Amino acid sequence: MPTETTKSIFLQGARDAAPFVLVVGPFALLFGVVAAEAGLNVVEALTFSVAVIAGAAQFTALQLMVDDVPTVVVLVSALAVNLRMAMYSASLTPYLGEASLRQRALAAYFIVDQSYGCSVLKYEQNPHWTIGQKLAYFWGTVAPVCPFWYIFTVVGAMLGNSIPEGLALDFALPITFLAIIMPMLRTPAHVAAALVSVIAALVFAFLPYNLGLLVAGILGMVTGAEVERRSAARAGDA
Amino acid sequence: MIEDRVELWLVIVGLGLGSFLLRFAFIGLVGSRPLPAWVMRHLRYTAVAVLPGLVAPLVMWPAATQGTLDPARLTAAVVTIVVGAWTRNVLLSIGLGAGTLYAALYLLG
Repeated sequence: MPTETTKSIFLQGARDAAPFVLVVGPFALLFGVVAAEAGLNVVEALTFSVAVIAGAAQFTALQLMVDDVPTVVVLVSALAVNLRMAMYSASLTPYLGEASLRQRALAAYFIVDQSYGCSVLKYEQNPHWTIGQKLAYFWGTVAPVCPFWYIFTVVGAMLGNSIPEGLALDFALPITFLAIIMPMLRTPAHVAAALVSVIAALVFAFLPYNLGLLVAGILGMVTGAEVERRSAARAGDA
Repeated sequence: MIEDRVELWLVIVGLGLGSFLLRFAFIGLVGSRPLPAWVMRHLRYTAVAVLPGLVAPLVMWPAATQGTLDPARLTAAVVTIVVGAWTRNVLLSIGLGAGTLYAALYLLG
């Protein structure tokens, strides 16, 4: 077995996360374009991506602001999309909890779908890693993902203003969201949550301030959790 | 178009801080005490509970067609969903969905 240096582990993380550039780049580009279409300048779009660094929540906030929804509802809806980050944080804690507060704060900022997904998998496979090696891997997964998020936001925002009207860009966001939702539907519980969310959002669309989305989110979440609980109970009986 | 600069910056700063706190909550503050199982169970479904609800009205009542169901956009959405369910490939789904949209707008429009 080759000896694992901190550097080799960092490079391993970078290699594992590298394919995600193909997703993150176009996604950030699209955010920049949609942001420019919504009237944001390059600095505003970039600040958005640096401050939030979570595509789905950024697109949600942007769409709701374009729809002139009250600020509080924009924030609550977009933060609801990001609640999964709290779950990531909780599940990384047993592995990274012993790092210094400064390192944990810095790592927390960079918890995204890709860095979390790669890291948790490797931490399970390598329980012997020291805290230094675990952090090295985490930073390795961040390196090819997060910088591209910023860079392509800027490129998109610069392109956005020069894209002609007839391109039906209004539908770029729904198509992108549908494309990222489908692979998330891994279990019957996920499918049930998504279906209830769709139905509830359409049924409660009459509610003011886009509150229908929050109702749909809560009902979908409860449905997913309940379906999971029941199928786990059934598996336990068998 | 977003006209209100104050609102925009409130959202950027608020969402930035809120997102950081969500990420920092456990790793930074709670320590290694595990979360109750029922909390984790609900958190697992937040993204799939919110995003479909956000998209559904945009597909059914597009603003670009003054809120009436649009055959071209609906077809594009269905193609995106089917390709996504089949291949689980995000970029391929976006590409074929967008291609369908332009083809349908050209043929139907």
